[in-house]
Amino acid sequence: MFSRLDRLRLLCQSGPMDAPNSYRTQPDESGHFGDFGGRYVAETLMPLILDLEREYRAAQADPAFQAQFDDLLEHYVGRPSPLYFAERLTEAVGGAQVWFKRDELNHTGAHKINNCIGQILLAIRMGKTRIIAETGAGQHGVATATVCARFGLPCVIYMGATDVARQQPNVFRMRLLGAEVVPVTSGAATLKDAMNEGLRDWVANVHDTFYIIGTAAGPHPYPELVRDFQSVIGKEARAQMLDRTGRLPDLLVAAIGGGSNALGLFHPFLDDADVKMLGVEAAGHGLDGDEHAASLMGGAPGVLHGNKTYLLQDEDGQITEGHSISAGLDYPGIGPEHAWLKESGRVDYTAVTDDEALEGFQLLCRTEGIIPALEPSHAIAAVAKVAKEMPDDAIILANLCGRGDKDIFTVADALGVEI
Amino acid sequence: MTDRLSTAFSKPALVCFVTAGDGDTAANLDALVEGGADVIELGMPFTDPMADGPAIQKANLRALDAGITTAQIFAIAAAFRERHPEVPLILMGYANPMIRRGPEWFAQECATAGVDGVICVDIPPEEDAALGPALRERGVAPIRLATPTTDAARLPQVLAGSDGFVYYVSVAGITGLQQAATASIEEAVAKLKAATDLPVAVGFGVRTPEQASAIAKVADGVVVGSALVELVEQHGEEAPSALKELTSALANAVHTAR
Repeated sequence: MFSRLDRLRLLCQSGPMDAPNSYRTQPDESGHFGDFGGRYVAETLMPLILDLEREYRAAQADPAFQAQFDDLLEHYVGRPSPLYFAERLTEAVGGAQVWFKRDELNHTGAHKINNCIGQILLAIRMGKTRIIAETGAGQHGVATATVCARFGLPCVIYMGATDVARQQPNVFRMRLLGAEVVPVTSGAATLKDAMNEGLRDWVANVHDTFYIIGTAAGPHPYPELVRDFQSVIGKEARAQMLDRTGRLPDLLVAAIGGGSNALGLFHPFLDDADVKMLGVEAAGHGLDGDEHAASLMGGAPGVLHGNKTYLLQDEDGQITEGHSISAGLDYPGIGPEHAWLKESGRVDYTAVTDDEALEGFQLLCRTEGIIPALEPSHAIAAVAKVAKEMPDDAIILANLCGRGDKDIFTVADALGVEI
Repeated sequence: MTDRLSTAFSKPALVCFVTAGDGDTAANLDALVEGGADVIELGMPFTDPMADGPAIQKANLRALDAGITTAQIFAIAAAFRERHPEVPLILMGYANPMIRRGPEWFAQECATAGVDGVICVDIPPEEDAALGPALRERGVAPIRLATPTTDAARLPQVLAGSDGFVYYVSVAGITGLQQAATASIEEAVAKLKAATDLPVAVGFGVRTPEQASAIAKVADGVVVGSALVELVEQHGEEAPSALKELTSALANAVHTAR
């Protein structure tokens, strides 16, 4: 097995001096992104993980699979999503032009559906007849329940009991779509416990069950295939930006919980050396204390849920609870590719507090007539900070990865408004 | 393999599991030995025990709520080794607490405390480098799990890095819930025995002396966990006498099975 450095050396020895230094060739054959990623799962799941990888490779090489995926994205999800110049937000913030990739306009209201379409097609290819998934805020649960209804497969969604209580509209949506929502009471009864319960179900039902993981994390090949399915965001945005402005953006910005919307935007641009990238974690009540969900900025490398990555944990390796006003960012880990992109220096990472995200939320509502989800509100807050440091002719492209209908109750509560 | 482990498996062996930091652990371990356990498996609590059923999940949380630390687990292990120089002691748990301070640190602590082997649920052969080499270098056995989904093509890879014994997980599922049919266990153990000289212990869902006896007829060892952990839950600080009673019944069943 070659390390990345070894590969670069080989490239340099065998090719021209300006041999491409690609950031887009990860993971390696064993599913590692540098030191991160991998397949840290119980033996019971290992053969299935290997099957999934074989089936994914076959699907990648099958034009019919890609054609079906593209067709569903176009006619069911509503892609391509628009690329939008936010003129009044740009004026309000001052500095660089702010553009949005409008993935909140997708069917079900977020980027999550892109991945669910890809994974359910894989599940069907593998002959699996039952789908399970975990969800935090409920967006991935709704997207999974949606594709299960579309393809007529039974669907079980594990959701922390705490999240069930605070995300009732999404729980009802999932049930309307025919999914069984199982409240998880073990541990802290939030997203990571829902994922534990999903893994427990899977290990007991490997023969017929496919686990649709919602973010670019988990054991290999999940981080890779989720990223690939979400990369439609960046591929479209890159072509749209070239078409509209004749050039590439100077900076990409996206919010990060597990990191799938950010990777979807970033990955197609990784080898465009002049395009800078900024991932925005949830700083919750601030990085000084324990109440945040910034695994990269405030965590340390470790192993959880099948992969090695940055985790919120104590000195004994016990996982600590994340906190964010956004339930979708409230996870103590992050996709392993982000851990690698951070260590390689290709992507910069920052964190935005609950209060700043709330300001970003309101700013977009008032300047553009778009109610964003609390997740991309973190990206908007970061954009507002960095845009004013950049010249007027610079271009920032941010991913508007979800709409805010689901969050109006949380926001009202945070603003002290009764509805 | 350590001498302690090979001696323990020279006859059908009873392997007993309790969670470190759940109740009076030293007294619980002594009760298992007095009851006739041949190998002790000490669970390292983790906040996210995704391969465990409700009984061991709750035990993990009780132990963590009571403030158990990795340092205390090694202190429990070292004190056990002083009291019971001949009884093999295995640590079982999840990767993150084991590698938090680096695999070398963990392996050295195991060796120093007299731990004979380590079972890590979420380090399959593919990720062996994360812990295996550090353990082997210090004479601590990395004990691998084989499962009903481990196929013939994969089995050699699982066995190649294993030492001490092979732990056959008799059901595809989590700990403590259901038990596999004896016939399927017999067939699986025969396949394992044909592929390795290591002893084969069978666990997951074994609760009663009757089940233990049936398994001991075909395997080298029987692992009991959740049933013991439930006694700790029910009896708290008074658990040792209940543990000793169940262990004696299980040990008698295992030792007289053949």
